[in-house]
Amino acid sequence: MNGIVDKKNLKLARTLLLVAITMFGFGYALVPLYDVLCEWKWIERDRPDDIKKVPETAYKVDINREINIEFMTTLNESTPMEFRAEKKQLKVHPGEYHTVNFYGENKTDKVMLARAIASFSPAVISSYFEKIECFCFSEQTFKPREKKIMPMRFVINPEIPEQYKTITLSYTFFDNTEKSVKK
Amino acid sequence: MSAVVDEHDHHADDHHDHGPAKGLLRWITTTNHKDIGTLYLLFALTMFFVGGAMAMVIRAELFEPGLQFVDPAFFNSMTTMHALVMVFGAVMPAFVGLANWQIPLMIGAADMALPRMNNMSFWMLVAGVLLLASTLFMEGGAPNGGWTLYPPLVLQPITVGKALPFAIFSVHLLGISSIMGAINIIATIFNMRAPSMKMMDMPLFVWTWLITAFLLIAVMPVFAGAVTMLLTDKFFHTSFFNAAGGGDPVLYEHIFWFFGHPEVYIMILPTFGVASTIIPVFARKPLFGYASMVWATASIAFLSFIVWAHHMFTVGMPIAGELYFMYATMIIAVPTGVKVFNWTATMWKGAMTFETPMLFSIAFVVLFTMGGFTGLMMSIAPSDFQYHDTYFIVAHFHYTLVPASVFILMAAGYFWLPKWTGHMYNEKIGQLHFWLSVISVNILFFPQHFLGLAGMPRRIPDYAVQFADWNMISSIGGFIFGASQLLFLYIVIDTIRGGTGEKVTDEVWEDASKHGLEWTLPSPVPYHTWTTPPTSVPTEHVLDLH
Repeated sequence: MNGIVDKKNLKLARTLLLVAITMFGFGYALVPLYDVLCEWKWIERDRPDDIKKVPETAYKVDINREINIEFMTTLNESTPMEFRAEKKQLKVHPGEYHTVNFYGENKTDKVMLARAIASFSPAVISSYFEKIECFCFSEQTFKPREKKIMPMRFVINPEIPEQYKTITLSYTFFDNTEKSVKK
Repeated sequence: MSAVVDEHDHHADDHHDHGPAKGLLRWITTTNHKDIGTLYLLFALTMFFVGGAMAMVIRAELFEPGLQFVDPAFFNSMTTMHALVMVFGAVMPAFVGLANWQIPLMIGAADMALPRMNNMSFWMLVAGVLLLASTLFMEGGAPNGGWTLYPPLVLQPITVGKALPFAIFSVHLLGISSIMGAINIIATIFNMRAPSMKMMDMPLFVWTWLITAFLLIAVMPVFAGAVTMLLTDKFFHTSFFNAAGGGDPVLYEHIFWFFGHPEVYIMILPTFGVASTIIPVFARKPLFGYASMVWATASIAFLSFIVWAHHMFTVGMPIAGELYFMYATMIIAVPTGVKVFNWTATMWKGAMTFETPMLFSIAFVVLFTMGGFTGLMMSIAPSDFQYHDTYFIVAHFHYTLVPASVFILMAAGYFWLPKWTGHMYNEKIGQLHFWLSVISVNILFFPQHFLGLAGMPRRIPDYAVQFADWNMISSIGGFIFGASQLLFLYIVIDTIRGGTGEKVTDEVWEDASKHGLEWTLPSPVPYHTWTTPPTSVPTEHVLDLH
């Protein structure tokens, strides 16, 4: 084999290796890219946790409609907690403000950091479900054996389309103690 | 049309023709493309039987409802490992082996461009697969969260065992091995071609591998990145996919399938290439629509990057996403259809004979098309909600992999083994192997369409009694198919050791030298070939261009 071809081969191999390394980086670039793309209007990803605290606005209460809201509480993996909603369901008129209390208890003798993640069914209504106050906005710190009443205040935007009569709101508590402490 | 090729120059003026080294060290240190090709092919054949044995465990457990032989966690390990072993240990290495053997012979190059890297990529593959296999013997068992390794499941203590980091490092090694192999193939095709061979003179097998190599370089690193994120999520407290830390498990699915969809074409494009090589020889006609085949391959490769989310229609995507991925996926049927029509047109009014490689190739065209049609069914997003994660998808991708990729690998074995070894395989046993395989593969996978449509989920060791009958039939087909492959093993060994004793000609198949450079070399192929490049190349396969 002659030297010119050898050189060409090495040059091409180096270029291709660079492409491979770039693609490895691209894999990681997909992470922020995903968040950016999901902000696009037409993608409208359901990300209930992105719902920021909204100011209390004076909506016109629509007394002709009643929406049934069901509350579900789940613990992720082996999160050592007790966690439940004070009521299983609630009938509300769109535009009406309500507060629902959730009850959480640390079942261990250690400090626990836990985070609640919300999920809606049907997913598309999440943009009409406005939270003014929620324990899910931040990580919760539980002292050993601490029992907490955690309020969630919300309103359903009266612009919600007619066909939605029942909404399920589910919260899952994740034990973040290990992760948060290490950070 | 056919080229006149100098036949005297293979060992003439080759001042360092010393043949292979002796003993075991030859195989460990070899940089000869034929030796490495042989290593890849034998390794892939071994892994085909390892992965096949796992499939037999799966089919045995599913023979009847209820739990018979294995516990559910081990069953899930089997489905996971069967997929990983077959994809990364059998099908991909087999095609790399074919590339190593055939590409230099087909383009008139003395060897691969980077022979030492070639050796390294093979041994890295072995290390990767051994690392993966070692997880079978670990506490907690092999990975059992599915070959897609979806979080959060794969990160949960119940599924993670001790195996996950080993499986991930194994994926890293396999990825590096594939990328090095791909770089080598691209460099060989670009820089080592006989001067008289233009790009549009290249055999289609070379073309499809060139495009596949680019796919590998583009997506294997993305997969490596995704599994690295899993690793850091599990052990270093990152939150790429952890909802509690602000991550999103759906993101993994997007990254995985950005790799995963091109990956399925990595397994099928070289299949197309081999089919396009074999069919013209036995139809005794040039390949119909050479240029359109090249462009169809390139378009399929391009489209493979923009359709990934059709694997996750039910994940809760916005309607715009569902529609986009649905239509984009359907478009793939166009270039794929071009290919199927071209193969059919190649056979049309050809003077066909039906030797074993041709039989496997025809079965490929028919059965791959069926797999393609079920793919089209599932591309329809609203229907996919019904088929998702059922045996329907299992039937679909096995049709595109087993009677397509695996059949074509068998065909390639029958087609080129006489060339490589100088011995003819036993045609009678070959035909028997074909008929047993083609019948049993349909008994094995066709009923799975019905099971899927009736709602049987995939990856379960036990099922409702209503699914019992078709599962039993499917399992019987599976056992026959598995046993039939022992015939192939016998034929390969027998052929290497002398076969029928019939001396094959240089062409092996009638007029094959019109179709490819490799048939102008002596049989068996000498250890060193094309030390001086061929002066002219066959152009019959590009007839339609002129």
